[in-house]
Amino acid sequence: MSDIKVSIKNLYKIFGSNPKSMVQHVENGCSKADLLANHKHVLGLNNVNINIPARQIQVIMGLSGSGKSTLIRHFNRLIEPTAGQVLVDGEDVLSMSEDQLRDFRRNKMSMVFQKFALLPHRTVIDNVSFGLKIKGLPVEEQHERAQKWIDRVGLTGFEQNYPAQLSGGMQQRVGLARALATDADILLMDEAFSALDPLIRNDMQDILLKLQDELHKTIIFITHDLDEALRIGDNIVILRDGAVIQQGAPQEIVLDPADDYVRDFIKDINRARVLNVESVMEEGTSDSGLSFASTTTLEEALPAMAAANVTSANVEQDGTVIGMVTLNDMIGGIARPARHEGEGVTYR
Amino acid sequence: MEFLDEFPEMGRKDLRELKKGIDASFREFSRANGDGIEAFFEPLMHFMVWLEKLMLATPWPIMILIFGLLAWWGSRSIWLALGTVASFLVIGYFGMWEDTMATVAIISVATLVCIGVGIPLGILMSRSDRMQAAITPILDIMQTIPSFVYLIPIIMLLGIGKVPGLLAVCVYAIPPIVRLTNLGIRLVDKEVLEAADAFGASSRQKLFDVQIPLALPNIFAGVNQTIMMALAMVVIASMIGVKGLGVPVLRAISNQYLALGLMNGLAIVALAIIFDRVSQQYGKRLQKHREGGHGV
Ligand SMILES: Nc1ncnc2c1ncn2[C@@H]1O[C@H](COP(=O)(O)OP(=O)(O)O)[C@@H](O)[C@H]1O
Ligand SMILES: [Mg+2]
Repeated sequence: MSDIKVSIKNLYKIFGSNPKSMVQHVENGCSKADLLANHKHVLGLNNVNINIPARQIQVIMGLSGSGKSTLIRHFNRLIEPTAGQVLVDGEDVLSMSEDQLRDFRRNKMSMVFQKFALLPHRTVIDNVSFGLKIKGLPVEEQHERAQKWIDRVGLTGFEQNYPAQLSGGMQQRVGLARALATDADILLMDEAFSALDPLIRNDMQDILLKLQDELHKTIIFITHDLDEALRIGDNIVILRDGAVIQQGAPQEIVLDPADDYVRDFIKDINRARVLNVESVMEEGTSDSGLSFASTTTLEEALPAMAAANVTSANVEQDGTVIGMVTLNDMIGGIARPARHEGEGVTYR
Repeated sequence: MEFLDEFPEMGRKDLRELKKGIDASFREFSRANGDGIEAFFEPLMHFMVWLEKLMLATPWPIMILIFGLLAWWGSRSIWLALGTVASFLVIGYFGMWEDTMATVAIISVATLVCIGVGIPLGILMSRSDRMQAAITPILDIMQTIPSFVYLIPIIMLLGIGKVPGLLAVCVYAIPPIVRLTNLGIRLVDKEVLEAADAFGASSRQKLFDVQIPLALPNIFAGVNQTIMMALAMVVIASMIGVKGLGVPVLRAISNQYLALGLMNGLAIVALAIIFDRVSQQYGKRLQKHREGGHGV
């Protein structure tokens, strides 16, 4: 199921006048702050290793300045790394010639931008056609394919409008349709919904999830918003000062945060809504007569148990019992893990 | 102290020799290349002569109709079109029709030349900082040096006539369009450019699909300024043999004909206002969709 689509290996990015010479310092444990203070270089990415499975949504999360935008621009080589490897379908992106790289960007990977980055002088349909025009398709085919995606993102009837005449949410639908229209199987989204109002952002997440249900693209999605990450991510990578702090499924990160930085991230979320019964279950079977599908969230399960007046229930997957949950398991899951005093992690 | 009282000048004789040397070598240069350069500009001159003749050969009511229509097409303003028609009627009534046509011809050709040379130059400048550093001081000199000073080499090279006049006008009028093309392209939104890169655009595609269209409002402001500056050169250009409204102005200066000078001066002003408003309105129309809001 999880064949690897994109693989990042030992990736370093350092900004400054002589970045190559700085890699050694960073390898020896020089921190971002020290590198800036002592060597006048900015540490963008620090030994990043990520394997991104095909046909899933990979979220990359971190506070502002943690290197998310820098990282995502390495996937399609908008930024050259200081050291390391980027493999897509086993092919080394960094060794591509200029022509190969252009081809790769036209066909394999497309991108959605935080501030939409639409062409203000082109209509909606021409904006959606942009990638197809770059590919050199005939105009009728461009428009035919663009129309299909305009319909899919719910912009039918706005084909002849200019971006400035649309709301932010609608503009980003144009951005999404533009990225989908090229039929690339990898989609890069750099804080694509961050500039939108919460309600609109929710709509956009719905649209994305619905499309993904049927398109099964490999989506690399950047956000600084944990709720968004938990909602759409199949996997999450957490970045801090350019380094990967933790990676795993949303449930793992909520249940077992790697350090206080991650703990701070998750402290305000509604844990009952994120955690499912499988993530807190124990071995054994319950004779309460109640059972849940493994993906049932605690938020759904708890009222059901109260209504049935039981304290335990079975957890089922595809009709077979794989374990049981008790009220205690569930309360333990909801309780926020304590901050580890004296661990001494500070961050900005 | 003699040294402090008296500036340590170069010797009088040396200075004279130096100036003579420069003059002689430039004269040498123009004798050798003048004909070639003139031949190079000949098609341009023919075009200018042809345009002027055409405008004079066309019956005046048709010309005025064409001017009115052009004004309307550019500005979509009925008032501007009517104002244009009225201005040309008055100009013709006061006997300035021929000179005005000559001036319109040279301004049109000069503007076309400035666009044809200036926009590519501006694009070149926008592509590299070194290019910008090299061209900017040249533009500074072109804009600040008194125009009489560069008339001298032009006359030495090409004599007196239409081509040197056109050249003088272009030297004076081209800087704004070069500068604003360069500026416009450099101001193009970085994220949009990045998007073009991310979709695999070649640098040609980026230039024609993104940079030039997004820079168009600035480029157009440059065209507008170039036209204005070309008009400002009309009187000076007439000193070196360009026909048009500048000739009677010069005559008026040397003979103290107040009315003559005033009328022709006002005709130049009228042309300036028409060109300015029409090209500005046209530029605004080009970027209307950027404002958004209305017209959904
Ligand atoms: N071109 C650059 N030159 C110098 N420093 C940069 C450059 N681009 C990014 N950085 C630095 O790299 C770090 C990561 O930036 P970025 O990837 O934009 O973070 P994020 O997208 O997570 O907010 C920041 O400290 C930023 O200042
Ligand atoms: Mg960012």
